Amino acid sequence: MTERKVRVVIAKPGLDGHDRGAKVIARALRDAGMEVIYTGLRQTPEQIVAAALQEDADVVGLSILSGAHNHIAPRLMALLAEQKLDDVLVLIGGIIPDADVPRLQALGVKGVFQPGTPMQEIIDFIHQHVRARV
Amino acid sequence: MATGSLTPRQRWQHELLEPTLKKAPERAARFTTVSGREIARLYTDDDLTRDDREAAGVPAGEFPYLRGIHASGYRGKLWTMRQFAGFGTPEDTNARYKALLAAGGTGLSVAFDLPTLMGRDADHPLAAGEVGKCGVSVMSIDDMARLFDGIPLDRVTTSMTINAPAAMIFAMYLVVAERQGVEWGQLSGTLQNDILKEYIAQKEYIFPPRPSMRLVTDTFAFCAAQVPRFNTISVSGYHIREAGATAAQELAFTLRDGIEYVQWGVDAGLTPDQFVPRMSFFFNAHSDFFEEIAKYRAARRLWAEVMRDRFGARDERSWKLRFHTQTAGVSLTAQQPDNNIVRTALQALSAVIGGTNSLHTNALDEALALPTEASATLALRTQQVLAHESGLADHVDPFGGSWFVESLTTQLEAEARDYFARIDAMGGMVAAIEAGFPQREIADSAYQFQRAVEARERVIVGVNDYVDANAPTPDILYIDEASGDTQMARLERLRASRDRARCAAALGRLREAALTPQNLMPLMIDAARERATVGEMCDALRDAWGEHQEQSVI
Repeated sequence: MTERKVRVVIAKPGLDGHDRGAKVIARALRDAGMEVIYTGLRQTPEQIVAAALQEDADVVGLSILSGAHNHIAPRLMALLAEQKLDDVLVLIGGIIPDADVPRLQALGVKGVFQPGTPMQEIIDFIHQHVRARV
Repeated sequence: MATGSLTPRQRWQHELLEPTLKKAPERAARFTTVSGREIARLYTDDDLTRDDREAAGVPAGEFPYLRGIHASGYRGKLWTMRQFAGFGTPEDTNARYKALLAAGGTGLSVAFDLPTLMGRDADHPLAAGEVGKCGVSVMSIDDMARLFDGIPLDRVTTSMTINAPAAMIFAMYLVVAERQGVEWGQLSGTLQNDILKEYIAQKEYIFPPRPSMRLVTDTFAFCAAQVPRFNTISVSGYHIREAGATAAQELAFTLRDGIEYVQWGVDAGLTPDQFVPRMSFFFNAHSDFFEEIAKYRAARRLWAEVMRDRFGARDERSWKLRFHTQTAGVSLTAQQPDNNIVRTALQALSAVIGGTNSLHTNALDEALALPTEASATLALRTQQVLAHESGLADHVDPFGGSWFVESLTTQLEAEARDYFARIDAMGGMVAAIEAGFPQREIADSAYQFQRAVEARERVIVGVNDYVDANAPTPDILYIDEASGDTQMARLERLRASRDRARCAAALGRLREAALTPQNLMPLMIDAARERATVGEMCDALRDAWGEHQEQSVI
């Protein structure tokens, strides 16, 4: 039996269109053997959670550079909980000030990756933290 | 082989280089620029063609302007030191502008927030958490008046970085000028208005490409007649480079975008010399010093030749490529942010040597947040040191005739022409964008660069080498969350206090005219006078034209 691939939804919430980081990480995760679904730009938390549900995602990765993370993350986490998707590993990458990291972690965002993070570090983090699948 | 039959270069290779390499091998098997271009060990006269030598012999100010568009370079007028700024409410940004002007800045440059850039008012659900964050919130003529309060528009030049709703924002600017008693003919500055690079790189588009191009040609025609000193467009490579393009791709896609605009202007019934003199360009100053200098030189030569030979432009102002430069935001690191001061200074140096007409230098803290007033001032001071202490501004094109730089210039130009041919074969840039071609080329380059960094083929100081976990982090600018509330309250008051019927009628006329070939600028100016918002004007056009949906390629 072949092992099920880790399924990752990469999303860009908010109005910002700078998608270099989202696309580079999507490709790196795919090259690392994961199944990657890139939602494209300007996704609402509702759309992202719908994608996670539909794609049976193990991981949801958000790319946020605009400073809107404090508005987006609480809504997204609440919606995931509503859909009983609390065991999905949520990661945020982008321009996140140090002071905001504990607040995001308290919401249940497991990994916050600031500029300059190596792709390999994110790949390793996913392998270590992704839920075990039956 | 008898040494007598060897050329001097072969003798050098045989007698000096080979023994040297045996004794001390080189640091790498290949040496490449930040764009992945392989660089030779030593450039000599053998690397130039006869054409290169002839071209380098043409002085500055003469066609095709390889060495510069002005015969005397910066000896007459220094480049404009134009620092991009905007955040919070219009009042917040107005105060920053006054500080920059007091510190010796010579032009203004407006950064708008994401809701404004995307044509959404502060109360739209998609604007939640974004009002005033990445730039200033400008929803209506009232906000535009607050932004320039106490700044006479005939005394400054203003650059406005806005694209999809550029025409609407410009309409508001014109009405503010009118209220200040300034005639449109006296206004000078630059509207970015470059929608093609939004589809290619920055992704702040609203409408589909074809109606968006019509908005651009409407501004060309309107300004040619009514606002003749304003640059109607800033064809931008900056964002293309930030998205991951190489230097050659930045050059090629930007200039090919420029060609596309000229073609659409001609197809709309204008002659090139009516509007091309008011087109300007905007490049990135990335970290590879010599390749960047070559890029600016190649851009000037290419544009001049294409305008004369492809479009038959006769006015030499149509041939002269004028450009703004900004140092590479993407090169800034969150780690050891003080290092960014040095990176920015070196990048600015290449832009000045390359003959930029205006320049923005990034602040050290921009990988972390918007700059503080102190870091923004230091960035401006960097330019002032270059201008007044380095001797750089006292002569023209110091690397003209350099074997290395001339050879790089020719290579970059050839690569750009190759891309032009491929894009022409696809039916032009709009068609190439619709096919996802430039987007894919850039995504590939971005990924290759990231892999090179991770493999440590490329050292980034403080990130993948010379790491220091204890390096201090600076205090950063936090945007007051209250600006969103302020702007929402203003929107409510605006809607309650304006003449609703007149405003609705102006918006209705705009919506109807969008389906006809009539120039939309006068209708937007009317709507701005009736205090219609950016969001409402964009909605009128969304009704008429629909919205662009991207096919994402990763």
